[in-house]
This record gives sequence, C-alpha cells and structure tokens, in this order.
Amino acid sequence: MKEIKASAITQAVARLCQEANFVLGEDVLAALKQALKTEQSPLGREVLSRLIENARIAQKEQLPLCQDCGTAVVFLEIGQEVHISGDLYAAVEEGVRQGYTQGYLRKSIVSKPFSARTNTKDNTPPVIHTEIVPGERLKIAVMPKGAGAENMSKLAMLKPGDGRQGIINLVIRTVDDAGGNSCPPLIIGLGIGGTAEKAMLIAKKALLRKLAEPNPDPEVAELEKEILAKVNALGIGPLGFGGTTTALAVHAEVMPTHIASLPVAVNLQCHSARHKEAVL
Amino acid sequence: MGTQVLISGVVYTARDAAHERLIQALEKGERLPFDLKGQTLYYMGPSPARPGEVIGAAGPTTSSRMDLYTPRLIAAGIRAMIGKGSRPAEVKEAIKKHKTVYFATIAGAGALLSKSIKQAAVIAYEDLGAEAILRLDIEGFPAIVANDVYGGDLFAQGKAKYQKGKK
Repeated sequence: MKEIKASAITQAVARLCQEANFVLGEDVLAALKQALKTEQSPLGREVLSRLIENARIAQKEQLPLCQDCGTAVVFLEIGQEVHISGDLYAAVEEGVRQGYTQGYLRKSIVSKPFSARTNTKDNTPPVIHTEIVPGERLKIAVMPKGAGAENMSKLAMLKPGDGRQGIINLVIRTVDDAGGNSCPPLIIGLGIGGTAEKAMLIAKKALLRKLAEPNPDPEVAELEKEILAKVNALGIGPLGFGGTTTALAVHAEVMPTHIASLPVAVNLQCHSARHKEAVL
Repeated sequence: MGTQVLISGVVYTARDAAHERLIQALEKGERLPFDLKGQTLYYMGPSPARPGEVIGAAGPTTSSRMDLYTPRLIAAGIRAMIGKGSRPAEVKEAIKKHKTVYFATIAGAGALLSKSIKQAAVIAYEDLGAEAILRLDIEGFPAIVANDVYGGDLFAQGKAKYQKGKK
C-alpha cells in the first residue's frame, strides 16, 4: 500500500499547470522545426519560425506560450495499491488554483455557461478524468486545453456501413470547417468505437501520446497515415494562410463498439500542444 | 492582401462580451467608452502581467465569434481589426464598403506578441477581467493583411494555392 498525501498532489498539479503553459514539449518543438524544412509556402515557413521563436521566449521568460491558458484537463491514473489521505479532487482543484495564480496564467473559466457566465477567478473547476490501474503509482497528466481548437472538435455517430471512408470524411470535414480557427498545424486526436462519451474521451487522451508515434495496431497506423496525408492535401497550412503543413500528426485510439454503432470523435489540438506529466 | 506589416500606435482590445456591450450602447444611444472613429480593434484577452511587466501573453482570439457585431462597428467608424481566422461574406462586404482592413496576426504566439506591446491600460468593462477593453500602445506588431478593400481573402487564396487533388 502506497500512501500519498493530498498536499503532494496539490503541489504536483500546481507545478505541472505552469510547466505545461511555459515549456512546449520537445516532441512538438522538434515537429515544428521539421515542418519548417518541408513546408512549401514561404508565409507558412515564416509562421512556423515565429512559433519556434515564441516557444523560446515563453520558456526563457516564464510567459504562457499562448494567452489562452485553457481549461485544466487533468488525467489521473491511480494504482489500486495507492491510498490517498485527503480529498483527491479537492487537492487537484487546489493545485489548479495555485498553479494558475502563481504562474500568472489566464483565468478563463466561467460558471452558469448559458446565463450570467461569471468568471470563477481561479480557472477552476478543472476537468478531471480518473482511471484505476494495477500497481502503486499515481500518475498525473495536466493538459491545458485552449478553446480555439477545442471549439472546432466534432463527434459523429456514424452508421457501421459508413466504415473506414466515413471516418476519413469526418476528419477531413472537421479540419476543413475549422480552417484557421483551430490554429493549425494541428495534432488530431481520433477516437473510434465505444459509446458517444467514451469516443470523445479516448480521442482527447490520444493527444497525450508522444507526437507522431503510430498506433501499435498496423491497421490503425495505416488509417492514421492516410488521414494525415489527406488533411495536408487540403492546403490550409499554418494558421490557415495556405500551405502544406495543416497537421503534424494523427493519433487514433480504437475500441470495441455496439453492433449498430460507429462512434467517431475528433478532438483537435492546436500547435500549442501543451501537456506535462508527473508520477507520485 | 498578403502584405506583411508591422503596426505601431494605439489599438483597443475587445472580445465577445465587450462587443455585446458596445453594440448595446450604440443601440441605446449611450456614450461609448472610447470614440470608435478611425480606431483599430484587437480581438484579444491577455494572461495577467507579472509584476513590473506591461502585459502577459497577448495573442489573438478567433475573430469569427465577433462577426455578428463587426459590420455595425465598422459602420460606426472602426477602421481596422486584428484577429485570427477567416471572416464571412457580410464582414468582407463591410470591409470593402467602408474601406477598412482586417489583419491576421501570429495566433498562438502569445509570448512573442507581448513583446510588441509597450503600454496597456484598462479603459472599460473592468468587471469582465481578461475580457475588459484595454487601450494598448504597440510598436512593430507583426500582422498580415487578410481581407482588403478589393475583396482579397488570404485564407481562401492560400488554401486554393496549396490544395492538392480535386480543385
């Protein structure tokens, strides 16, 4: 039995909120640098080099990469042998509160979404997803998710007969409809199967994967590759100004589903792909 | 369209909530927090400034959420807008008709863009927090002409140029 104090969780979450907002992942930065070499549009290359410059400034000066410091999406993977003393969710929420205050991050959460829309002033509540796994580790991943790309995400309950092509068409349509609004180049999280809400969850979780690592199932990896090529053929380019780099990667997660269903969720991630992890 | 510029001078920030209030004030004939005539709007809500700094990260938000209000504000005197993403036909028409311009800037480069902002002051709707109207003094702020008086559209033209397959 591993004992973990709520205060340790708060501390970790506060630190991860700030790190995620200031330091772009190595894999994302490398992908932007690679795209700079292959992008055919001169303006597209200009944009990519500014984004790389932005990452340098943000890390150096501890400034947010993007002013939209997002909704704090927190993934918890709790080992069955872990015992937490204190209120877990309150500890995570306090960590977000502290991280967003200490880091001078933007507070972008409002309550009463269809009426008063009053800012909660501390970027809480976070959105928390919890999974119980074997073992005695507590893994915390914090993903600040900006609204720009999130707002362009889509869920479709396809018919089984729509099949593989139906999935491809949905992703293309989603990226095309978004245009520059989702801040390409994108990382496309794709969730196939399960039920409506599960498809969306696995699509978002797919964004935690190391960039451009293919799905271990060759059939799914093939789909990822085909979709990436077709998305880049749209010509939307960096920030929608036109170009050949509209997406850096497609991460697809697949699970079994109902005989009558084909749920397909597309969760878009902008180029400011932010997530940091810690293990307690 | 497509011209890259560096903008220096005064701009006013306004997002959804501020636009809603400005339009309501115009409709009721109330005094506006600043004279719209000849001014530039920047669709932006910054992260808080660290002590001693002018402003936090300050990149643009999605312009399309302001489309509903934009033709009215252009007719009332707004000269230019800076944001992210494309605008629809009604906004492009208003831009042509009133000889204004829409600039897109480097979306997601919040840290980089903050460096071009030399002064920032809340001038209205402080209760909106990050969505308050700020008066910004900017210098060498990078932007690109996205929609011009000739009906040019950077997003449409860029995509058409690099699109592969069916045209």
